[in-house]
Amino acid sequence: MKFPRIRAIAKKELIQIRRDPLSLAMAFLMPVMLLFIFGYAITLDVNNLKTVVCDLDKSMLSRELAAQFGKSDYFTIIDRVHSYGEIDGYLDRGEALVAISIPRDFSENIKRGRPAELQVIVDGSDSNTATIALGYISAVTGLFSEKIAVRQSPPLIETRVRVWFNEELESRNYIIPGLIAVIMSVIAALLTSLTVAREWERGTMEQLISTPVKTQEFILGKLMPYFLIGFIDMLISVLLAVFLFDVPMKGSLFLLAGLSSLFLFGGLSLGMLISIVAKSQLVASQIAMVATFLPAFLLSGFMYAIPNMPKPLQVITYAIPARYFVSILKDIFLKGNALHMLLFETSLLGLFALVVFAIANKKFKKRIE
Amino acid sequence: MNENNIAVKVEGLTRTFGDFTAVERISFSVSRGEIYGFLGPNGAGKSTTIKMLCGLLLPTGGNGTVGGFDIVKESEKIKKTIGYMSQKFSLYDDLSVEENITFFSGMYGVTGKNKKERKEWVLEMSGLKDKRAVITKTLPGGIKQRLALGCALLHEPPVIFLDEPTSGVDPVSRRNFWSLIYEMAKGGTTVFVTTHYMDEAEHCDRLALIYRGKIIAEGTPTELKVQYMSRYVLEIETDRTFEALEVLNRSGFETALFGSLLHAVVDDTKTAVPEIEKELEKADIKVIRIDKIMPSLEDVFVTLIESA
Ligand SMILES: Nc1ncnc2c1ncn2[C@@H]1O[C@H](COP(=O)(O)OP(=O)(O)O)[C@@H](O)[C@H]1O
Ligand SMILES: [Mg+2]
Repeated sequence: MKFPRIRAIAKKELIQIRRDPLSLAMAFLMPVMLLFIFGYAITLDVNNLKTVVCDLDKSMLSRELAAQFGKSDYFTIIDRVHSYGEIDGYLDRGEALVAISIPRDFSENIKRGRPAELQVIVDGSDSNTATIALGYISAVTGLFSEKIAVRQSPPLIETRVRVWFNEELESRNYIIPGLIAVIMSVIAALLTSLTVAREWERGTMEQLISTPVKTQEFILGKLMPYFLIGFIDMLISVLLAVFLFDVPMKGSLFLLAGLSSLFLFGGLSLGMLISIVAKSQLVASQIAMVATFLPAFLLSGFMYAIPNMPKPLQVITYAIPARYFVSILKDIFLKGNALHMLLFETSLLGLFALVVFAIANKKFKKRIE
Repeated sequence: MNENNIAVKVEGLTRTFGDFTAVERISFSVSRGEIYGFLGPNGAGKSTTIKMLCGLLLPTGGNGTVGGFDIVKESEKIKKTIGYMSQKFSLYDDLSVEENITFFSGMYGVTGKNKKERKEWVLEMSGLKDKRAVITKTLPGGIKQRLALGCALLHEPPVIFLDEPTSGVDPVSRRNFWSLIYEMAKGGTTVFVTTHYMDEAEHCDRLALIYRGKIIAEGTPTELKVQYMSRYVLEIETDRTFEALEVLNRSGFETALFGSLLHAVVDDTKTAVPEIEKELEKADIKVIRIDKIMPSLEDVFVTLIESA
């Protein structure tokens, strides 16, 4: 293997990427766009949450509490119902995200100095909104308690919360790092999926394979510029996570960079392998999309917890690099884990990269079929 | 022929695509420093042959060597010793002239001082000295071909394979291109070149006529003409070419148009000339001259194909 030859390929590829402003823009805008679309879908502005109130108490106090909710910017009371059963319809149809139910003995309990219960139901399918809504509800009820009862010391109103549809209620902090892993899986494969197929389609491959260039030199040289782009994409994603989505970054940036590189190496090699096998840009990009997006989204532990999956699916998740990267990112971001705590993920990520790189090398033939 | 003196040698080389046989049991050898031509119409199997010789395409039968290396087992060694210019332009359109040259220098492992010298040489031979920063896409066809040739010669390979290097190129560029090829051969380079232009084939030291995957004749241009033309060609100049063509064809002469002249293929010149004169006179066409000429390769080709 000769380094000057690898460098010559990398340089040529970089020039070509630079001369193609559309794909260059795509390469850098993609993580931003995806992170915005998916990120904001789960961190919608939580103003004017549509709320339905079920006041069974029908007292002065209960009306005052409901009014307190209505007055805040966070909640908009869209309707008042008079039986508990009516609430379901509003939530099921998506007309309301929050339901507040004031039980019959609410004011009675307060008057007697007993803790009064308030039942709150939140649509948890958008977990981030739900989390934030719960915070607001506590704030409003807390304020209300203070106002009405200076005498009693324990909190007067006890909010009983039940979350429908997403009982674990992961917060945005957990979702964004996982989302980065999913997005980078797709981007890495897409970045390289065109590069070999394009040479076949444009006819430049014929000249290239008539030279003494070696397969490893060719593949390594091609990987390099995309590695650079992928790394910048990763950087953009991390910056957005920290500064836009306020996700705490507790771990080491160096470790994050190192493990991201390992992940990128595997992801880019996978795209390269697809490009080598498909020989057509259109087919290659479609395969890259399908082969990365669905597994990364559904089987990485991002959407569904792996231990809850059926056994055969659990086995499959071991072959999906996003699985390791999702937990690596969550751990580094939120727990600040060091490398020795991530050895399992790191080794399997490395193994995946090596295997895919080896297959790509094997599949590339310096011949016309 | 001395074995050491052989640059290319193939025996029974065959390539099929499914049921279709593109190249069928061809055998030939090329000596060092020779310009060897592969002449044949489109689809004859020229590109398929050249790709097998360059180690780009596996043969389905037969064997061959290039520079002493086996075309199946040692294709990567062959790639170090050859320059290949494909029929379709295959440099990078979106790279500049200089970037293309630099890239292929890298691929061929041309380094150091040599690298700069060879780059200047390519720029010089392709006439692109002041256009090194121009994007290749915008160059005219003939110049592109020269650049492609230059890039294939960066590492000064002892054997070069040129697949229809002048197709789609204007006549002046074609002539310039051939003087380059002569120069290479004079310097000791073996040139294997395919073409479907009959006139170009005349430039070759030796050539093979390939038709439907088979070599139907082989030799120097002169040998081919003498050996394969048992009949004679008369060149006829008249004052009304088209009418003359009609008249002669009607009276049974194998006549074809050659520019503003007619070529008639005859068995015996002594009887044919007066007969032709008589027919034309009857039609009131004035005969300016009738000459017996050396048949062109095209005449040879047409004759061979008719008997094939
Ligand atoms: N990859 C291929 N698959 C099927 N047929 C092919 C392939 N390559 C060439 N051929 C066929 O083989 C014949 C010879 O092609 P080619 O060698 O390109 O001819 P030439 O270069 O003399 O014009 C043509 O009929 C062509 O269609
Ligand atoms: Mg051809």
